[in-house]
This record gives sequence, C-alpha cells and structure tokens, in this order.
Amino acid sequence: MTGEVAVLGVGMHPWGKWGRGFVEYGVTAARTALADAGIDWRDIGSIVGADTVRGGYPGYVAGATFAKALGWQGARVASVYAACASGAQALNTARAQILAGLADVVLVVGADAAPKGFFRPAGGDRPDDPDWLRFRVLGATNPTYFGLYARRRMALYADTLEDFAQVKVKNAALGALNPHARYRKKVTAEEVAGSAVVADPLRLLDICATSDGGAAVVLSSMDFARRHGAAGPVRIRAVSTVTPSYPNTVLDLPDIATDSAAAVRPADGTFRASIARAAYEEAGIGPEDLSLAEVYDLSTALELQWYEDLGLCGEGEAVKLLREGATSLGGRIPVNVSGGLASFGEAVPAQAIAQVCELTWQLRGSAGDRQVAGARVGITANQGLFGHGSSVVAVR
Amino acid sequence: MSRTRTPVVTGWFAGEGDDFRLLGTRCSACTSVFFPREDAFCRNPGCPGGELVEVPLSPRGRVWSYTDSRYRPPSPYVTDPELSWEPYTLIAVELESERIVVLGQAAPGITVADLTVGMEVVVVPGVLNEDAETTWTTWHWQPTGVAA
Repeated sequence: MTGEVAVLGVGMHPWGKWGRGFVEYGVTAARTALADAGIDWRDIGSIVGADTVRGGYPGYVAGATFAKALGWQGARVASVYAACASGAQALNTARAQILAGLADVVLVVGADAAPKGFFRPAGGDRPDDPDWLRFRVLGATNPTYFGLYARRRMALYADTLEDFAQVKVKNAALGALNPHARYRKKVTAEEVAGSAVVADPLRLLDICATSDGGAAVVLSSMDFARRHGAAGPVRIRAVSTVTPSYPNTVLDLPDIATDSAAAVRPADGTFRASIARAAYEEAGIGPEDLSLAEVYDLSTALELQWYEDLGLCGEGEAVKLLREGATSLGGRIPVNVSGGLASFGEAVPAQAIAQVCELTWQLRGSAGDRQVAGARVGITANQGLFGHGSSVVAVR
Repeated sequence: MSRTRTPVVTGWFAGEGDDFRLLGTRCSACTSVFFPREDAFCRNPGCPGGELVEVPLSPRGRVWSYTDSRYRPPSPYVTDPELSWEPYTLIAVELESERIVVLGQAAPGITVADLTVGMEVVVVPGVLNEDAETTWTTWHWQPTGVAA
C-alpha cells in the first residue's frame, strides 16, 4: 500500500453561470477549504492548480495564478493538465509531494469559467491536433460521442430511453439537496422525454451542461494532521491515474478511430474499468467495500456504464441495479449523491476535486439531507480526453 | 468558376467511385494497422518498430453505433450560418479484418431511423463543404441496403 494522506479541509464555490473569472471561483473555494482546515494560507508549503481548459488545452497557468491571487507567500507551485482528470492529477501531485516528504500541507485548487455552448478546440488551422480534426472533419461534438455510447448500450443491453431518464430523475432529486449544485430542481421522466434531442438518442436533460465553479482541498501528511489536532480525518488511500493499454478498442474522445486489435490481443476490460481496478488495487479494497461512488455522468447513459466499470454489477446489468434502487440514496451503493454532473454541469478542472469534496463531506457525516448513513469508504471515477482518467478512494 | 476538389485531410482516403478507400498504414514488423495513419512510428508498445506502409482499409464494415448532430457544431466545422441547420448522422463502423472502429458522417439523406447496430455499410466518397475556390472532399458511410 502506498500510504495515506489526510484531507484537512475542502471548499467549493457554487456551480453556475456567474459571469466572472475562474480566479475568483478558485480563490473562494481555496479560502473556504483553508478555513475548513483551520490552516493559514501562509502556512501552506505547496499549491497545485488544475489547469483551466479551453477545449482541450491549458489556457492559464493555474497554480501560480491562484498563488498570486491569494497573495504570494513563496510556496512551491505546480500546475497540472489532464483534461477532465486534471483535478485528480492535481490531488495526486499534492499527495506525491506529501508522501515524498517535499511538503507537509498542500493546497489543491481547480476552477473554471465555462464558455457558452459546446466545448470547442482552440482556434487556428491545426490538422496535427486530433481534437481540431474531429471538429473540422466530422463536426463531432462531445455529445455525439455520448450518443454513440448510449446507442451502443441500447443495442447490446436493451437499455431504454426511460432508463436513461431515470438516472436524471435520481440525480436531479439529489442535486436539489445540494447547496453547491447549479441545478436544484427535481426533474421528471416526462421532462427528460420532452427535452430536445441533442445527439440521438440523448436529449438535453440526458447530457451535462458546462458550468462555472471552483473546488479546493487541503491535504497533509498524517503526522501533520495529528500535530494539527485533526482527530480521525478523512484519508485519501488511492489515486488512480492510469493510461489505456494498447490496443484501446473503445472509441474515446477526441479520436476518430480506435486502435486496431488485428495484431495485438486487447487486454481484458476497458480503459474505464482499468482506471477503477488500479484504484481498488492501490487501496486494497473491492467494490463490495464501498459506501458510495461519485462518477462522471457526462450523460445519463455514461453513469450506467460506470456502474459496470466500477464493478458494482456485471456487464449489462447497470439498468437492473438502477431499477432496484441500489444506486439511490438509501440503496446498497448510492451513486452521485451530490447530484452528479447532471446537477452541477461540468467545470472541467474543478470537477474531479469537487467529487473528492463530496466524498469528504459524506465520510465526515456532514452531508445533511443527502447523507449516506454510516459512510466509511467512497470512490470517485472520471474520464477525459486524450487518454486521461482518474479514480480516488477516500476512507474514514 | 469551377472549384478544385481537395481532400479535407491529405492522405486519409483516395480513389473514385467503387475504388474509393480509406487509407491507413501498417507496420511491417508487427502488422498493426493505424487509422488515422501513423507515418512516423508504430504505437504498439511491444513492437521494435517497423516501416509504416500505406494500406487501403476494408471498404465494408458493420455499424458499431450511430448518432446525429441536431445542433450546429462549432468551428472549425464549416457551416453557413445563413442557412437553417440540417442535422447529419455520424456512424462508427467496425472493420472486421482490421479490428478497428472508424467514425464518419453518413451519406447525405441517411438518418438514424435508417440504421441499426450491426448493419453493413460501405465507404463512399463525399463532400464536406464548399467555399469559393474549393470543394472539400471526405468519406461517408453508406448502408449497403439503403438507397442514398
């Protein structure tokens, strides 16, 4: 086992469309996390920023930007880019520094001010960039990939549009309980069915929006936590940041084709499943040990896919799990009790950090009306562009 | 004024009519196939590295999945903002011998209602967009059992 780090504090700026800059959201989240930890910013030894993204590229040097906004105090700095997994990689960078003895207490911040409409690649004529090419050649927006995955599930496992809608109904009801969520209204299956089709078979209410938001976490060594008087803090036990194995046989964003499996036999299980497997192995736990999971529901159908990739059920059995209520609050393994991306919309560099904030509140027993009773072990899962993904296991 | 026909990406496809093919590359050492083509290095981590030779991909495959684009995609996709948006269909196609899935637009007029997972499709030449001087060409997937 790798060794644990303590989560001393967490904080978020509420998700929404606030019309302000990402630095403001990040600083609000950072100050909230520092206050939650009871740590003065000037005592932070290292700051790690998850890069703010414009359609696939780091647009700003995040770590230094937040350090300057909080007031230069000489801390070590790093900025991390890993698409949607940027926040988790920022956490992992902080963890590695702590475990290596380079820092005692580290502030991790991610924040974004999302553009209106579809994510798009950076400008210019750039045929050497796969993200630029998929838009130029195919007009393939992110939701079209979600549509492909959803249709494939319908064909393979007989998932229905009504099943997808029930994921939204579940997550919207939970988001209504979360003061940090952007959408805080219950949604009915009829409202999902009545929303416009964006990328067949998915409708507007099946697909997550893009949002402004900020999230921050203060991590420390277990020794520092004890000296600081934090009795029984939430601990991060694993952070998986694995890459795919060749040949990757699932069409992932932003690719126009999969790898060919003609010459090399594909590994057992998909890239997404390998992300979770690495987290389980590092944490020394299995899916049966989980109290809750926060997964990247870029679409309703993708939440179902994660049930299988996390091993909460067998392949093709996600809808059964959903229909049984196992993934609802009060069920055997509640998923996205925060309300998920369905209720937040995606603020790319903040999102994987926000998932860990939710685990922390749940494991502390301070999640209010959306509390999972007796939560002891939580997992996050996420996947982004260019072969990035992450999974974090937190325990208490 | 007649427009010049130019592939939207150089070297990804060639040929006319029934001879139209997607072009990939194959590693001479490990036989891995790449589309979009890799010309600099083989991406198989177990391969010592061989010469990458251009190879036409199988023209026919089966639908892995499909979707459509009901809203106008952003730039660099080229559309005429003066015209009302006409959705187009995207098909991901599995080529059996290459064991690869390749995404493409469906031939004009093909909608999601015409498609099922597993249906046979064939690659055909198509037009992506036109500007004053150029007709930008691309590939389309056409179901073999459906008239365009």
